[in-house]
Amino acid sequence: MSLYHRPIPLFWWLERRSYLVFVLRELSSVFVAWFVVYLLLLINAVSGGSAEYERFLDRSGQWWLVTINVIALVFVLLHAVTWFGLAPKAIVVRLRGRRVPPPLIAAAHYAAWLVLSAVIAWVILR
Amino acid sequence: MADEITLEVVRYRPELRIEPVVQSYQVPLREHWAILDGLTYIKDHLDGTLSFRWSCRMGICGSCGMTVNGDPQLTCATFLTDYAPGPVRVEPLRNFPVIRDLVVDIGDFMDKLPTVKPWVIRDVDSPVEEGEYLQTPEELDEYKQFSMCINCMLCYSACPVYALEPHFLGPAAIALAQRYNLDSRDEGASEREDILSSPEGIWACTFVGECSAACPKDVDPAAAIQRYKLTAATQAIKNFLLPRGAR
Repeated sequence: MSLYHRPIPLFWWLERRSYLVFVLRELSSVFVAWFVVYLLLLINAVSGGSAEYERFLDRSGQWWLVTINVIALVFVLLHAVTWFGLAPKAIVVRLRGRRVPPPLIAAAHYAAWLVLSAVIAWVILR
Repeated sequence: MADEITLEVVRYRPELRIEPVVQSYQVPLREHWAILDGLTYIKDHLDGTLSFRWSCRMGICGSCGMTVNGDPQLTCATFLTDYAPGPVRVEPLRNFPVIRDLVVDIGDFMDKLPTVKPWVIRDVDSPVEEGEYLQTPEELDEYKQFSMCINCMLCYSACPVYALEPHFLGPAAIALAQRYNLDSRDEGASEREDILSSPEGIWACTFVGECSAACPKDVDPAAAIQRYKLTAATQAIKNFLLPRGAR
Protein backbone atom coordinates (compact mmCIF):
# COMPACT_ATOMS: atom_id res chain seq x y z
CA MET A 1 0.00 0.00 0.00
CA SER A 2 1.56 3.31 -1.02
CA LEU A 3 0.61 6.05 1.40
CA TYR A 4 0.87 9.76 0.69
CA HIS A 5 2.69 11.84 3.31
CA ARG A 6 1.89 15.51 2.97
CA PRO A 7 5.13 17.50 3.26
CA ILE A 8 5.13 20.15 5.99
CA PRO A 9 5.35 23.59 4.33
CA LEU A 10 8.39 25.67 5.33
CA PHE A 11 6.12 28.47 6.54
CA TRP A 12 3.57 26.26 8.32
CA TRP A 13 3.92 28.50 11.38
CA LEU A 14 2.36 31.40 9.47
CA GLU A 15 -0.81 29.44 8.71
CA ARG A 16 -2.48 30.27 12.02
CA ARG A 17 -2.06 32.97 14.64
CA SER A 18 -1.75 30.32 17.37
CA TYR A 19 1.09 28.61 15.46
CA LEU A 20 2.91 31.95 15.14
CA VAL A 21 2.47 32.70 18.86
CA PHE A 22 3.74 29.20 19.64
CA VAL A 23 6.91 29.71 17.55
CA LEU A 24 7.49 33.18 19.03
CA ARG A 25 7.04 31.76 22.54
CA GLU A 26 9.60 29.05 21.80
CA LEU A 27 11.94 31.76 20.50
CA SER A 28 11.36 33.81 23.66
CA SER A 29 13.41 31.24 25.61
CA VAL A 30 16.53 32.62 23.89
CA PHE A 31 15.75 36.08 25.24
CA VAL A 32 15.01 34.74 28.72
CA ALA A 33 18.48 33.13 28.59
CA TRP A 34 19.95 36.44 27.39
CA PHE A 35 18.50 38.26 30.42
CA VAL A 36 20.05 35.64 32.70
CA VAL A 37 23.45 36.24 31.04
CA TYR A 38 22.93 40.02 31.26
CA LEU A 39 22.08 39.76 34.96
CA LEU A 40 25.22 37.67 35.58
CA LEU A 41 27.30 40.30 33.73
CA LEU A 42 25.72 42.98 35.94
CA ILE A 43 26.52 41.06 39.12
CA ASN A 44 30.07 40.52 37.87
CA ALA A 45 30.40 44.26 37.19
CA VAL A 46 29.05 45.18 40.63
CA SER A 47 31.46 42.78 42.32
CA GLY A 48 34.36 44.29 40.33
CA GLY A 49 34.04 47.72 41.96
CA SER A 50 32.61 51.08 40.98
CA ALA A 51 34.87 51.64 37.93
CA GLU A 52 33.82 48.37 36.36
CA TYR A 53 30.17 49.06 37.23
CA GLU A 54 30.42 52.45 35.49
CA ARG A 55 31.91 50.76 32.40
CA PHE A 56 29.01 48.27 32.44
CA LEU A 57 26.52 51.14 32.60
CA ASP A 58 28.23 52.93 29.70
CA ARG A 59 28.13 49.78 27.60
CA SER A 60 24.48 49.21 28.50
CA GLY A 61 23.61 52.69 27.25
CA GLN A 62 24.81 51.99 23.72
CA TRP A 63 22.02 52.03 21.18
CA TRP A 64 22.48 48.45 19.99
CA LEU A 65 22.42 47.01 23.49
CA VAL A 66 19.34 49.08 24.37
CA THR A 67 17.67 47.77 21.18
CA ILE A 68 18.50 44.15 22.08
CA ASN A 69 17.17 44.66 25.62
CA VAL A 70 13.92 46.27 24.42
CA ILE A 71 13.33 43.35 22.03
CA ALA A 72 14.25 40.91 24.80
CA LEU A 73 11.79 42.64 27.15
CA VAL A 74 8.96 42.25 24.62
CA PHE A 75 9.73 38.53 24.26
CA VAL A 76 10.03 38.01 28.02
CA LEU A 77 6.65 39.71 28.48
CA LEU A 78 5.19 37.35 25.83
CA HIS A 79 6.78 34.45 27.71
CA ALA A 80 5.26 35.57 31.02
CA VAL A 81 1.80 36.35 29.67
CA THR A 82 1.50 33.03 27.82
CA TRP A 83 2.78 31.21 30.90
CA PHE A 84 0.10 32.88 32.99
CA GLY A 85 -2.42 31.85 30.34
CA LEU A 86 -1.34 28.24 30.85
CA ALA A 87 -1.49 28.33 34.65
CA PRO A 88 -5.30 28.13 35.03
CA LYS A 89 -5.29 25.05 32.79
CA ALA A 90 -2.67 23.28 34.89
CA ILE A 91 -3.75 24.34 38.38
CA VAL A 92 -7.05 22.98 39.61
CA VAL A 93 -7.75 24.22 43.14
CA ARG A 94 -10.77 23.25 45.20
CA LEU A 95 -12.06 25.37 48.04
CA ARG A 96 -14.92 23.96 50.14
CA GLY A 97 -15.60 21.36 47.45
CA ARG A 98 -15.93 23.88 44.62
CA ARG A 99 -13.40 24.54 41.91
CA VAL A 100 -11.79 27.96 42.02
CA PRO A 101 -12.70 29.64 38.69
CA PRO A 102 -9.76 29.59 36.22
CA PRO A 103 -9.79 33.41 35.69
CA LEU A 104 -9.17 33.79 39.44
CA ILE A 105 -6.04 31.58 39.18
CA ALA A 106 -4.76 33.78 36.34
CA ALA A 107 -5.62 36.93 38.32
CA ALA A 108 -3.64 35.59 41.31
CA HIS A 109 -0.59 35.17 39.07
CA TYR A 110 -0.88 38.73 37.75
CA ALA A 111 -1.33 40.01 41.31
CA ALA A 112 1.81 38.13 42.44
CA TRP A 113 3.68 39.60 39.44
CA LEU A 114 2.55 43.10 40.40
CA VAL A 115 3.54 42.68 44.07
CA LEU A 116 6.98 41.27 43.21
CA SER A 117 7.58 44.04 40.67
CA ALA A 118 6.60 46.64 43.28
CA VAL A 119 8.97 45.10 45.85
CA ILE A 120 11.86 45.06 43.35
CA ALA A 121 11.07 48.64 42.27
CA TRP A 122 11.08 49.69 45.94
CA VAL A 123 14.46 48.01 46.55
CA ILE A 124 16.01 49.68 43.48
CA LEU A 125 14.45 53.13 43.71
CA ARG A 126 14.30 53.83 47.42
CA MET B 1 -29.12 31.69 -2.03
CA ALA B 2 -27.47 29.93 -4.97
CA ASP B 3 -28.69 26.46 -5.89
CA GLU B 4 -25.27 24.87 -5.97
CA ILE B 5 -21.88 25.09 -4.34
CA THR B 6 -18.50 23.85 -5.53
CA LEU B 7 -16.67 21.24 -3.50
CA GLU B 8 -12.96 21.12 -4.32
CA VAL B 9 -12.00 17.67 -3.17
CA VAL B 10 -8.35 16.73 -2.81
CA ARG B 11 -8.09 13.24 -4.24
CA TYR B 12 -5.28 10.75 -3.94
CA ARG B 13 -5.38 7.65 -6.09
CA PRO B 14 -1.99 5.98 -5.93
CA GLU B 15 -2.69 3.79 -8.96
CA LEU B 16 -3.13 6.94 -11.11
CA ARG B 17 -0.77 9.54 -9.65
CA ILE B 18 1.82 9.62 -6.90
CA GLU B 19 0.53 13.00 -5.67
CA PRO B 20 -2.99 14.21 -4.78
CA VAL B 21 -4.94 16.33 -7.26
CA VAL B 22 -7.90 18.66 -6.77
CA GLN B 23 -11.19 17.67 -8.39
CA SER B 24 -14.17 20.04 -8.38
CA TYR B 25 -17.79 18.96 -8.08
CA GLN B 26 -21.01 20.96 -8.11
CA VAL B 27 -23.37 19.83 -5.38
CA PRO B 28 -26.79 21.15 -4.35
CA LEU B 29 -26.62 23.87 -1.69
CA ARG B 30 -29.36 22.91 0.75
CA GLU B 31 -29.97 24.51 4.10
CA HIS B 32 -29.58 21.41 6.22
CA TRP B 33 -26.82 19.73 4.25
CA ALA B 34 -23.48 19.17 5.91
CA ILE B 35 -20.20 18.79 3.98
CA LEU B 36 -20.67 15.04 4.43
CA ASP B 37 -24.03 15.22 2.64
CA GLY B 38 -22.26 16.95 -0.25
CA LEU B 39 -19.65 14.19 -0.38
CA THR B 40 -22.36 11.52 -0.23
CA TYR B 41 -24.13 13.28 -3.12
CA ILE B 42 -20.91 13.12 -5.15
CA LYS B 43 -20.50 9.43 -4.31
CA ASP B 44 -24.13 8.57 -5.20
CA HIS B 45 -24.69 10.78 -8.24
CA LEU B 46 -21.47 12.19 -9.70
CA ASP B 47 -18.45 10.00 -9.04
CA GLY B 48 -18.66 6.62 -7.33
CA THR B 49 -14.87 6.34 -7.10
CA LEU B 50 -14.59 8.97 -4.34
CA SER B 51 -13.49 7.43 -1.03
CA PHE B 52 -14.22 8.83 2.42
CA ARG B 53 -15.10 7.52 5.88
CA TRP B 54 -18.34 8.13 7.69
CA SER B 55 -20.75 6.27 9.93
CA CYS B 56 -23.18 7.91 12.35
CA ARG B 57 -23.71 11.34 10.69
CA MET B 58 -24.40 12.87 14.12
CA GLY B 59 -21.03 13.74 15.67
CA ILE B 60 -20.70 10.59 17.76
CA CYS B 61 -18.59 8.08 15.84
CA GLY B 62 -15.69 10.39 14.97
CA SER B 63 -15.18 8.83 11.53
CA CYS B 64 -15.74 11.77 9.18
CA GLY B 65 -12.98 14.15 10.26
CA MET B 66 -11.48 16.04 7.32
CA THR B 67 -9.78 19.33 6.60
CA VAL B 68 -12.37 21.87 5.43
CA ASN B 69 -10.97 25.13 4.07
CA GLY B 70 -7.82 24.48 6.10
CA ASP B 71 -9.51 23.64 9.41
CA PRO B 72 -9.95 20.18 10.92
CA GLN B 73 -13.69 19.52 11.12
CA LEU B 74 -16.24 16.77 11.55
CA THR B 75 -17.84 16.96 8.11
CA CYS B 76 -21.20 15.77 9.47
CA ALA B 77 -21.31 18.80 11.79
CA THR B 78 -20.05 21.41 9.30
CA PHE B 79 -22.71 22.93 7.09
CA LEU B 80 -22.40 23.87 3.43
CA THR B 81 -24.34 27.10 3.93
CA ASP B 82 -21.64 28.36 6.31
CA TYR B 83 -19.22 28.29 3.37
CA ALA B 84 -21.57 29.79 0.75
CA PRO B 85 -21.00 30.91 -1.95
CA GLY B 86 -17.95 28.63 -1.87
CA PRO B 87 -15.89 27.00 -3.18
CA VAL B 88 -15.18 24.67 -0.26
CA ARG B 89 -11.84 22.85 -0.19
CA VAL B 90 -12.12 19.37 1.35
CA GLU B 91 -8.85 17.62 2.14
CA PRO B 92 -7.90 14.60 4.22
CA LEU B 93 -6.97 15.19 7.87
CA ARG B 94 -3.46 16.61 8.13
CA ASN B 95 -0.59 14.92 9.94
CA PHE B 96 -1.72 11.44 8.92
CA PRO B 97 -0.61 9.38 5.91
CA VAL B 98 -3.32 9.31 3.23
CA ILE B 99 -4.50 5.89 2.08
CA ARG B 100 -6.88 7.11 -0.61
CA ASP B 101 -8.75 10.34 -1.33
CA LEU B 102 -10.06 11.51 2.07
CA VAL B 103 -9.22 8.31 3.97
CA VAL B 104 -6.24 8.54 6.33
CA ASP B 105 -4.28 5.90 8.19
CA ILE B 106 -4.75 6.38 11.97
CA GLY B 107 -2.76 3.25 12.84
CA ASP B 108 -0.21 5.37 14.72
CA PHE B 109 -2.89 6.55 17.17
CA MET B 110 -4.33 3.04 17.49
CA ASP B 111 -0.86 1.79 18.46
CA LYS B 112 -0.32 4.58 21.00
CA LEU B 113 -3.74 4.52 22.66
CA PRO B 114 -3.39 1.20 24.55
CA THR B 115 0.01 2.27 25.91
CA VAL B 116 -1.75 4.74 28.26
CA LYS B 117 -4.07 1.96 29.50
CA PRO B 118 -7.36 3.79 28.96
CA TRP B 119 -9.50 1.61 31.17
CA VAL B 120 -10.34 1.38 34.88
CA ILE B 121 -7.48 -0.36 36.68
CA ARG B 122 -8.05 -1.76 40.18
CA ASP B 123 -5.47 -3.11 42.59
CA VAL B 124 -7.92 -5.87 43.46
CA ASP B 125 -11.10 -6.34 41.42
CA SER B 126 -14.22 -6.69 43.57
CA PRO B 127 -16.48 -9.66 42.79
CA VAL B 128 -19.51 -8.80 40.62
CA GLU B 129 -21.82 -9.84 43.49
CA GLU B 130 -20.59 -6.85 45.52
CA GLY B 131 -22.16 -4.52 42.97
CA GLU B 132 -20.94 -1.44 41.16
CA TYR B 133 -18.07 0.80 42.13
CA LEU B 134 -20.06 3.76 43.41
CA GLN B 135 -19.31 7.34 42.52
CA THR B 136 -20.75 10.71 43.53
CA PRO B 137 -21.84 13.31 40.92
CA GLU B 138 -18.88 15.46 42.02
CA GLU B 139 -16.48 12.59 41.36
CA LEU B 140 -18.06 12.11 37.94
CA ASP B 141 -17.58 15.80 37.14
CA GLU B 142 -13.83 15.42 37.74
CA TYR B 143 -13.29 13.41 34.57
CA LYS B 144 -16.56 13.61 32.60
CA GLN B 145 -15.29 16.27 30.20
CA PHE B 146 -12.37 14.05 29.14
CA SER B 147 -14.65 11.04 28.67
CA MET B 148 -16.44 12.84 25.82
CA CYS B 149 -13.54 12.14 23.41
CA ILE B 150 -14.71 10.31 20.27
CA ASN B 151 -11.24 9.59 18.84
CA CYS B 152 -11.97 11.70 15.77
CA MET B 153 -8.32 12.75 15.42
CA LEU B 154 -9.10 16.42 14.80
CA CYS B 155 -6.77 17.31 17.69
CA TYR B 156 -3.86 15.39 16.12
CA SER B 157 -4.58 17.08 12.81
CA ALA B 158 -4.45 20.53 14.46
CA CYS B 159 -1.31 19.85 16.52
CA PRO B 160 1.94 21.18 15.00
CA VAL B 161 3.98 19.28 17.60
CA TYR B 162 2.54 15.99 16.33
CA ALA B 163 3.32 17.11 12.76
CA LEU B 164 6.94 17.80 13.64
CA GLU B 165 7.45 14.97 16.16
CA PRO B 166 5.40 11.94 15.15
CA HIS B 167 6.57 10.09 18.27
CA PHE B 168 4.49 12.49 20.41
CA LEU B 169 1.79 10.54 22.23
CA GLY B 170 -0.67 13.25 21.22
CA PRO B 171 -3.62 15.17 22.70
CA ALA B 172 -6.41 12.54 22.66
CA ALA B 173 -4.30 9.71 24.11
CA ILE B 174 -3.15 11.93 27.00
CA ALA B 175 -6.67 13.31 27.58
CA LEU B 176 -7.99 9.74 27.71
CA ALA B 177 -5.26 8.75 30.18
CA GLN B 178 -6.34 11.68 32.34
CA ARG B 179 -9.96 10.58 31.98
CA TYR B 180 -9.02 7.44 33.94
CA ASN B 181 -6.44 9.07 36.23
CA LEU B 182 -9.13 11.45 37.49
CA ASP B 183 -11.75 8.71 37.87
CA SER B 184 -12.32 7.93 41.56
CA ARG B 185 -12.80 4.22 40.72
CA ASP B 186 -9.40 3.96 39.09
CA GLU B 187 -6.19 2.95 40.87
CA GLY B 188 -3.89 2.79 37.86
CA ALA B 189 -2.35 6.28 37.77
CA SER B 190 1.10 4.93 38.68
CA GLU B 191 0.94 2.47 35.75
CA ARG B 192 0.36 5.37 33.35
CA GLU B 193 3.02 7.58 34.90
CA ASP B 194 6.06 6.33 32.94
CA ILE B 195 4.52 6.70 29.48
CA LEU B 196 2.83 10.03 30.24
CA SER B 197 5.96 11.53 31.82
CA SER B 198 8.27 10.34 29.04
CA PRO B 199 9.76 12.84 26.54
CA GLU B 200 7.17 11.60 24.00
CA GLY B 201 4.39 12.23 26.52
CA ILE B 202 3.30 15.46 28.16
CA TRP B 203 6.71 17.14 27.96
CA ALA B 204 6.62 17.18 24.15
CA CYS B 205 3.56 19.44 24.31
CA THR B 206 4.37 23.14 24.09
CA PHE B 207 0.81 24.35 24.68
CA VAL B 208 -0.15 25.57 21.26
CA GLY B 209 -3.77 25.02 22.28
CA GLU B 210 -5.08 24.19 18.82
CA CYS B 211 -6.12 20.69 19.95
CA SER B 212 -8.69 22.20 22.27
CA ALA B 213 -9.81 24.72 19.66
CA ALA B 214 -10.35 21.91 17.14
CA CYS B 215 -12.14 19.48 19.47
CA PRO B 216 -15.79 19.10 18.44
CA LYS B 217 -16.74 17.72 21.89
CA ASP B 218 -15.12 20.46 24.05
CA VAL B 219 -12.77 17.96 25.66
CA ASP B 220 -9.88 20.46 26.12
CA PRO B 221 -6.93 18.07 25.74
CA ALA B 222 -4.54 21.00 26.22
CA ALA B 223 -5.86 21.43 29.77
CA ALA B 224 -5.49 17.68 30.42
CA ILE B 225 -1.85 17.82 29.36
CA GLN B 226 -0.97 20.97 31.32
CA ARG B 227 -2.70 19.58 34.39
CA TYR B 228 -0.74 16.34 34.19
CA LYS B 229 2.50 18.31 33.77
CA LEU B 230 1.86 19.76 37.23
CA THR B 231 0.98 16.31 38.60
CA ALA B 232 4.13 14.76 37.09
CA ALA B 233 6.37 17.57 38.34
CA THR B 234 4.90 17.30 41.85
CA GLN B 235 5.33 13.53 41.79
CA ALA B 236 8.95 13.83 40.63
CA ILE B 237 9.72 16.16 43.55
CA LYS B 238 7.97 13.79 45.98
CA ASN B 239 9.95 10.84 44.58
CA PHE B 240 13.16 12.77 45.14
CA LEU B 241 12.43 14.11 48.60
CA LEU B 242 10.21 11.60 50.37
CA PRO B 243 10.92 8.04 51.52
CA ARG B 244 9.14 5.40 49.43
CA GLY B 245 6.28 4.81 51.89
CA ALA B 246 5.24 8.47 52.12
CA ARG B 247 4.91 9.25 48.37
